[in-house]
Amino acid sequence: MADAEEPEKKRRRIEDLTEKMAVDSGHRDGGCDWDGRWNHVKKFLERPGPFTHPDFEPSTESLQFLLETCKILVIGAGGLGCELLKNLALSGFRLIHVVDMDTIDPSNLNRQFLFRPNDVGRPKADVAADFINSRVPGCKVVPHFKKIQDCDESFYRQFHIIVCGLDSIIARRWMNGMLISLLSYEDGVLDPSSIIPLIDGGTEGFKGNARVILPGMTACIDCTLELYPPQINFPMCTIASMPRLPEHCIEYARILQWPKEKPFGETSLDGDNPEHIQWVFERSKERAAEFNITGVTYRLTQGVVKRIIPAVASTNAVIAAACATEVFKIATSAYIPLNNYMVFNDVDGLYTYTFEAERKENCSACSQVPQDLQFPPSAKLQEVLEYLTENASLQMKSPAITTTLEGKNKTLYLQSVKSIEERTRPNLCKTLKELGLSDGQELAVADITTPQTVLFKLNFTA
Amino acid sequence: MASTKASKEQKYDRQLRLWGDHGQETLENAHVCLINATATGTEILKNLVLPGIGAFTIVDGHTVTGEDAGNNFFLSKDSIGKNRAQAATEHLQELNSDVSGNFVEEGPDKLLDNDSEFFHRFTIVIGVQLPESTCLRLGSVLWSASVPFLVCKTYGLIGYMRLVVQEHTVIESHPDNALEDLRLDQPYAEFQNHIKSYDLDSMEKKDHSHTPWIIIVAKYLEKWLSEHNGQPPKNYKEKEAFRQLIREGIRKNENGVPEDEENFEEAIKNVNTALNPTKIPSAVEDLFNSEQCKNITAQSPCFWVMLRAVKEFVHNEGNGSLPVRGTIPDMIADSQKFINLQNVYREKAMQDAAAVSKHVESLLQSVGKPAESIPEKDIKLFCKNASFLRVVRCRSLAEEYSVDTVNKDEITSCMDSPDSEMVFYLMLRAVDRFYQQHSRYPGVYNYQVEEDISKLKACVNSLLQEYSLNVNIKDDYIHEFCRYGAAEPHTVSAFLGGSAAQEAIKIISHQFVPFNNTFIYNAMSQTSATLRLLELNGNLPFADLFSSPNLPM
Repeated sequence: MADAEEPEKKRRRIEDLTEKMAVDSGHRDGGCDWDGRWNHVKKFLERPGPFTHPDFEPSTESLQFLLETCKILVIGAGGLGCELLKNLALSGFRLIHVVDMDTIDPSNLNRQFLFRPNDVGRPKADVAADFINSRVPGCKVVPHFKKIQDCDESFYRQFHIIVCGLDSIIARRWMNGMLISLLSYEDGVLDPSSIIPLIDGGTEGFKGNARVILPGMTACIDCTLELYPPQINFPMCTIASMPRLPEHCIEYARILQWPKEKPFGETSLDGDNPEHIQWVFERSKERAAEFNITGVTYRLTQGVVKRIIPAVASTNAVIAAACATEVFKIATSAYIPLNNYMVFNDVDGLYTYTFEAERKENCSACSQVPQDLQFPPSAKLQEVLEYLTENASLQMKSPAITTTLEGKNKTLYLQSVKSIEERTRPNLCKTLKELGLSDGQELAVADITTPQTVLFKLNFTA
Repeated sequence: MASTKASKEQKYDRQLRLWGDHGQETLENAHVCLINATATGTEILKNLVLPGIGAFTIVDGHTVTGEDAGNNFFLSKDSIGKNRAQAATEHLQELNSDVSGNFVEEGPDKLLDNDSEFFHRFTIVIGVQLPESTCLRLGSVLWSASVPFLVCKTYGLIGYMRLVVQEHTVIESHPDNALEDLRLDQPYAEFQNHIKSYDLDSMEKKDHSHTPWIIIVAKYLEKWLSEHNGQPPKNYKEKEAFRQLIREGIRKNENGVPEDEENFEEAIKNVNTALNPTKIPSAVEDLFNSEQCKNITAQSPCFWVMLRAVKEFVHNEGNGSLPVRGTIPDMIADSQKFINLQNVYREKAMQDAAAVSKHVESLLQSVGKPAESIPEKDIKLFCKNASFLRVVRCRSLAEEYSVDTVNKDEITSCMDSPDSEMVFYLMLRAVDRFYQQHSRYPGVYNYQVEEDISKLKACVNSLLQEYSLNVNIKDDYIHEFCRYGAAEPHTVSAFLGGSAAQEAIKIISHQFVPFNNTFIYNAMSQTSATLRLLELNGNLPFADLFSSPNLPM
């Protein structure tokens, strides 16, 4: 893919950028603007109106604020991210950072319009930033080819508003947790200047949602976790001995046959490797034939193995547009922002539903209240672990539980490091009493769904 | 760099999972016309080029201004001074080399003057930011030519779409929450025989706990019917009793404790829906009673021929029911029992489809057309979707605008609700009126905002008077619409861009159901509404403001 064309293209883009910098340097912004450029935007910033936010004051300075000062972070440079970057750039925002850990795949090209076939394999953040900067003169998108977890507090603190176009609930929760951790309280009162508004968008096929989160003030991601029901996997006994659907046959090949037969040596199954998918496809067909099950196709195989979610340009366009409108409203106080959740579905006509999601009193992320864990002393640690993962409001992925016993920090169970997992595994079968835990004991739980540990308080029941 | 079949499969994979290869084919055979490459226009087109429509043609006589280049991703600074159609085509073309982009450097009015049939070649025409007179003229031409017309407008923070299509049929509507077609209330012979082949009482434990819930419900329903004079459970109390009856069927161990039989739990859980009587949806009945179904001619589109055939089936082989759909949901069962049960339904579906095919054949024969004109697979698809068929008919623009046929009741009743989006519909009409009178939109320049308020108010009043609409529009809205100064902010254009593109895809692919017929988006409150400004003597007796056609996700 990366052939002679690519370095040439890259060189031209860099030249373009430097040229523009030469024009801009020494000017605040005027160098790359032209007559009438911001006319569409100015009408909302320089004119009074009957529906504006109570804090709104028409002025020519709001536009300058957008162009020169307001810093926005876009999380994700995929289906939503590309749209968000375009929307923000054409609304006057110039200081934009974008974070994305992925590289470009051919299946992105039907909607991630900042990417071309030649870009396949390159980091999304880089290519997106290049494109926007070259198409929208003056816009300075800074790319970060990394995971959100690889950026620290000081990175996130610099932004006025953060807008997410993520494809993972875990990542959303992590981002949510990060912004909550930035909040500062004085005498129990939230300092408004520590709030960074989070606009979150999500899409799936023809459905989508956009929401505005003011961490510490309005419902956060975890407050409404029940809106995202946990993904259901097929039961093992169905897969192992009682397949009925083509999907069961595919899971059999993926989960049971692959580790057993190791068709490509020690390599783990890579959904992006066509050879791997082909192997799974053929094993699945064999299995299906055994049980007279029809319907195994290559496309279905890939869909099941990669847990593919269908996607089109239109839904991403709608949701990103709604999100960007909210960024604009909040940055300029032009209008009262969405309060606080909009749902969209265009399967049958077009449908939107707007409502105020409520904060959860004991939200594990934003309520600052230690979470209650009610168990009898005879309960095994395994039960606590299951509760943390299966409870609809917690939905932890791989919680690591630690506590303080006799003044010392003790790890009760941790899954992510093999040696520690082996060492602490016996604890799962021990009762809470056997582990030396007492009523009111505080347990600190770490998990990928949150950047900060969550505090739980053990409440012994009879 | 034209794509290979394999690279297209990769590129379009995520959308093929929504509308299939056959849906994609309709897109690739489509030629879309966009009138006016404003931000709204190019955003709509972008969302059609990316998924791979065959071709587009932009019709636009305007020259790119500084303002245009400021809010439009597909115009650059270098585009200023060039013809807008040409400049936009270059940048849009670049999005997808499979798509063929064309442009005409003339406005639609001029085009129509020179070639009245210019627009007949298109699969759909999308008109953006059109003044009322052009809109009505185009509307009339496209209506006569049966070319679907989608009118879009971004005006300040308001988005507007109007679909104008005489008759649009949908076989694959892909409903979100479809009820299963299980026929438990009227089991067909083969199903009955299959049920008979089970003897729950004498089964081994393993078989008992892996019997499909459909069989369990069928068996216990038989028992119930024999004990209740052939009457199925009807109210909550009876259904509870029925559930209890099933629960008692759960095997017990030596200590009398019920075993863990998940299939029985599934049966209990599904009692409510399982007992739904098999019924032809009223929407389908309405279609059976429509003129197009009653009068099949050589010109009848396939949809109506197939529908008529299904109607014949219903009155004959179907014994009052539609062809069996042939699918069952997954359920706890061992492979063999499930597959066998599934095959009972599949085979019946094939049988019913074959019977419908015979009716199709004789209908085609009766109008002098060959049987092959409607392929077998189309008939099968039609039968499978028989419960979900939809037909969308939108009234013409002429009717909407005519004093004689305007739907006053609809408008008036909507305006009774303070938050109704109907007010924006009226404001957009008033603004169009302003444009007709003053050859400009209100409040474009700062100095105009104040003085245009009274002028716009006069337009509002004359509009309301002309249509005898006894409604009140608050001054705030008039002020706001002057404030907008006909601005086309990018984010609102982008919202409409996504919305309109998907509606166009629905029209092209005949999959999923298009809106009917006016959509308003309010970016201030992030709300929207679908208004259906029906004929005065329309079928629905009451105001039809749909703000929630579906249940929330």
